[in-house]
Amino acid sequence: MQTTTPTAVALEDTKVAFRLGDGRVYTAVEEAHLAVAPGEFVAIVGPTGCGKSTLLNVAAGLLKPASGRVRVFDRPLAGLNRDAGYLFQADALFPWKTAIDNVAIGLEIKGAPRAMALERAQGWLTSVGLGAFANRYPHMLSGGQRKRVALAQVLIRDPKILLMDEPFGPLDAQTRQVMGNLLLELWSADRKAVLFVTHDLEEAIALADRVVIMSAGPSSRIIGDWRVALPRPRDIFEVRLDREFHALHREIWSVLKDEVMKGYAQSSQAMEAV
Amino acid sequence: MSRLTLLSLQLLVAIVAIVLWQFFSAIPVFGKILLPPFFFSNPVDVFSQIVKWFSTGVIWRHLAITLWESILAFAIGSLGGIMVGFWFARQPRVAAVFDPYVKMINALPRVVLAPIFTLWLGLGIWSKVALGVTLVFFIVFFNVYQGVKEVSRTVLDNGRMLGMSERQLMRHVYWPSALSWMFSSLHTSVGFAVVGAVVGEYLGSAAGLGYLIQQAEGIFDVAGVFAGMFVLSAFVILIDMGVTLVERRLLVWRPMAADGRG
Repeated sequence: MQTTTPTAVALEDTKVAFRLGDGRVYTAVEEAHLAVAPGEFVAIVGPTGCGKSTLLNVAAGLLKPASGRVRVFDRPLAGLNRDAGYLFQADALFPWKTAIDNVAIGLEIKGAPRAMALERAQGWLTSVGLGAFANRYPHMLSGGQRKRVALAQVLIRDPKILLMDEPFGPLDAQTRQVMGNLLLELWSADRKAVLFVTHDLEEAIALADRVVIMSAGPSSRIIGDWRVALPRPRDIFEVRLDREFHALHREIWSVLKDEVMKGYAQSSQAMEAV
Repeated sequence: MSRLTLLSLQLLVAIVAIVLWQFFSAIPVFGKILLPPFFFSNPVDVFSQIVKWFSTGVIWRHLAITLWESILAFAIGSLGGIMVGFWFARQPRVAAVFDPYVKMINALPRVVLAPIFTLWLGLGIWSKVALGVTLVFFIVFFNVYQGVKEVSRTVLDNGRMLGMSERQLMRHVYWPSALSWMFSSLHTSVGFAVVGAVVGEYLGSAAGLGYLIQQAEGIFDVAGVFAGMFVLSAFVILIDMGVTLVERRLLVWRPMAADGRG
């Protein structure tokens, strides 16, 4: 990326490594270079175990890179990324709080008065289509509904950057598409910078402005970067029928396929070794 | 099975048991009384003893004392368990150092401590409270420790990413998680508080249900022993029902409020 364009979040030669129990060092991600511009929606796609979630955790500040730097709005990141909201793959709602309390907490910890936080939370629940479910506890909601609450919980804080780790992974196919449309709708209102990790190439193309492909791990690298020129606003159901969508999908898949195969081969070898 | 059938069947079990008891303790079978009243008393005597206790009102003082001891044991034991549980869970080094001693004290049958407590704290309520505390403390301690340790990594990361400080994490994440574990063992810990009180009374005291039973036993008043046991059971069931109500209120957020962890 050119250094002149402003970036919301940038990973510069970021290498991620873990020390294994037996003293060896496992390199998850080799010098990755990735920049997300303000208002840009970037999807990272890669085979399972390629370290895409790891990269996201680095951008969030939850994980320290072994080398390289992370810059957030052109300032080096120290500690947690306070400009970012993080949507987790697993259930991350507080199970002991109702839906509305789960959403309001984001404002309450910033010191907002409770009445005001609850009012705004109700508004956000309505935006994600759960206005009538405010007093339900997470276990009384379906997987898709929980993701909606989680989305509201993140968005109420109005973060400048959204980090999403296969957020719709555990959902069924239809719910994923509905959630994708909801995400695009909410995102188009104030275009945050988004870094969206997924293993689903179709989802990535349908949602993003740019699709970044990672190679199979370990020591995975970024091996491709495509711009998605499909017009917005998009409808996830419709866009999949688009001729351009198919052309792009074929092009990216030809690169990704080899990596997916490599990823499978490696993980099955690893299974045999175990 | 409808509620009514169930209730009448449950009642039937009690009636059959009492009738059999009365029958075998009063009427000889093949020229022999199978339940000699000296050892087994009989339902009529036991019942009239209970009626006498309640009509004269002597029982209330004993009930009140046992209840008070149980409450104190539960409150102090829980408070200690929560504080130490949190401390150990947040300071793994402290936990590691104290680990063998915690295991050692927990392995000790607490009844043997009763004489020591009587020696230190006298025959009043505090020696019984102390015994109850040693029982309640460990249950609450282990559950709170577990509750703090078992907080989901994702929920914790989510709290951090939402901008929670260490103190806010404590209040919004660790604390509710620990409490939920503690409440799920509420039946056990409340039960143990009562056990501590009654056993303490039994081993040496001047009042309480344990004292009543022990006194009756001392003069071979079997009807008195049984009467004391029945009053104690009713007392424990009432307390347990109260706990269930509290639990329903506090653990609404859990899929199954009564899965009996701990």
